[in-house]
Amino acid sequence: MTGVSAILNGIFEPGLFTSEPVRVAVVVGGVVSLVSAVVGVFTVIRGQSFAGHSLGDLGTTGGSGAFLVGANPLWGFVAFALVGAGAMELFEARRPRQRDMATGIVLGAGLGIAALFLYLGTTRSNTTGATITILFGSMFVIRASMIPVFVLLSLSALAVVALLYRPLLLSAVSPDIAHARGVPVRTVGILYLLALAVAVSLSCVTIGAVLSTAVLIGPAAAALRLTKRPGLAITWAALIAVAVTWLGILLAYDSYYWPPARRGWPVSFFVVALVFVVYLLADLASRRKARRQSAHAVARREDRVGLPGDSDRTGPAGLGAR
Amino acid sequence: MTSPDRFDARPEVLRLEGVSLWLSGREILHDVGFSLRAGELTGLIGSNGAGKTTIFRVILGLETPSSGRVLFAGHPRPHRNRLIGYVPQSIGLDPDVPLRARDLVALGIDGDRFGIPLPSRGRRRLVDDMLEAVDAQAFADTRVGKLSGGELQRSLIAHALISQPRLLLLDEPLASLDIRSEQEVVGLLARIAREQQIAVLISAHEMNPLLPVMDRVVYVASGRAASGSTEEVVREDVLSALYGHHVDVLHLQDRILVVAGKDEGHHLELEREQHALPPRGLG
Ligand SMILES: Nc1ncnc2c1ncn2[C@@H]1O[C@H](COP(=O)(O)OP(=O)(O)OP(=O)(O)O)[C@@H](O)[C@H]1O
Ligand SMILES: [Mg+2]
Repeated sequence: MTGVSAILNGIFEPGLFTSEPVRVAVVVGGVVSLVSAVVGVFTVIRGQSFAGHSLGDLGTTGGSGAFLVGANPLWGFVAFALVGAGAMELFEARRPRQRDMATGIVLGAGLGIAALFLYLGTTRSNTTGATITILFGSMFVIRASMIPVFVLLSLSALAVVALLYRPLLLSAVSPDIAHARGVPVRTVGILYLLALAVAVSLSCVTIGAVLSTAVLIGPAAAALRLTKRPGLAITWAALIAVAVTWLGILLAYDSYYWPPARRGWPVSFFVVALVFVVYLLADLASRRKARRQSAHAVARREDRVGLPGDSDRTGPAGLGAR
Repeated sequence: MTSPDRFDARPEVLRLEGVSLWLSGREILHDVGFSLRAGELTGLIGSNGAGKTTIFRVILGLETPSSGRVLFAGHPRPHRNRLIGYVPQSIGLDPDVPLRARDLVALGIDGDRFGIPLPSRGRRRLVDDMLEAVDAQAFADTRVGKLSGGELQRSLIAHALISQPRLLLLDEPLASLDIRSEQEVVGLLARIAREQQIAVLISAHEMNPLLPVMDRVVYVASGRAASGSTEEVVREDVLSALYGHHVDVLHLQDRILVVAGKDEGHHLELEREQHALPPRGLG
């Protein structure tokens, strides 16, 4: 043990693994980003990215409200995201196929209130720090006593998605087929939206309301470039999310020694920047693979045409011989 | 084509009795009745807006008839039904969806169940067999969103068939296919109906591709339907009564042209061909 930590301390900053805020960030950040990414794969497949983003913004209303009354912002985020999900569902039920409009209506109303709460919070407590924390999050200010809450909420969102795995995929192919097979499509949609609300509000606290979309959609989008299998896509998304979160924590810790202020750069910045880089890399990889495959296919076809004495050869040469 | 006696020897899988349906204050279906039998291929023929998709939705329980009954082998519709395979008219599939053709087919086994499926050899073999049955091995590992119209159609047919339904409903499966794929898919469906003794109902706005294999036809116009063998239904008197005005039925070698000019109920396809014919008997 001591040997390992001696090596680690040689590579990383001393104190990285003994610092309590870092340990909490590693656990909570890891679990939350994993769940976000898994839920996010279905968000992308179902075309609900806008709803996911809006739930984060709605959570801000709750988070800032909770801060105003002196409660833990997490509960505000969760409560308002859940209420927002319910409101979206109600609007959508009355106007089917206008999901984005329903989302937009609820979002607009929520953001107005959030602006008021944030304004009141800032003017009353005379600090902008709280506003920054709510909008941009910080894994380093989460208390260790909150770990079980984060883990439990994460697991419940994960359980819902695991339970709905097949019906969600089938509905993504065609809601009509799913309906015909006896899937309660509407109930599945509501449950998924609730899981999404929980996942988003958790990442609102760790990564920030403004940036939560990046960890929800980014790893999922990168994973979908890398694989065409549902199980693998989820695995990739989870791995990417956890890796960028931990790497982000490491860089943020390291950045306490960086210019200009030597006060440290925000961890959320690193995580989101890394998500973006990973997406670009994944996109590049999938393009190269596609190009290689089509080059292969062309080569194979040319091989066939070039065979001497090939009876059913294609192309101008074959036509001329006839 | 075939004598009525042969039909009656086959067990009835589905019967619609006097089905009418009102939606948003409009009567979409009026007194629609027909029956489907095991091992038979039935064409549901009608132009755009005639009510074909709505008839499928009624059979699937997605719409409840305002009057009339839908009976499955003599019983009212069971609540959850794996006995019906359904291939919708169009699926708006996102090209990013991480599903290969074989994953889509596997979802046909138990896509309605909760929880994550455990991979098993039996499952894999079932999927492979089904892919082979519809001749889809070549694109089994292609992303569903990247399949061509014909390839997607085959994958969806395999998806619908893998749960061993008694009834297979296909809404315009030939719409996006070229003539060769059209013939292949029609041949495939006819073979499936005979070999697996499934009742197959195929909707189309053009009946000619189905003529060689169709045991019966249900002809739909403005929400009304006439059913029976092609000879019984595709006649000037029957179709004129159905459309409510005079209709010409022209036999051209082995093709049948229905010229139902005049109102919005005419066939686009046939209207085009009409120009090549001498203008007779219209209106
Ligand atoms: N929910 C609904 N409310 C009101 N009218 C409807 C509804 N669904 C369908 N209709 C109408 O019912 C008629 C039949 O529609 P349907 O989709 O069954 O036609 P179709 O025969 O499948 O046509 P197509 O060949 O274009 O697919 C159309 O006029 C359509 O506008
Ligand atoms: Mg239709």
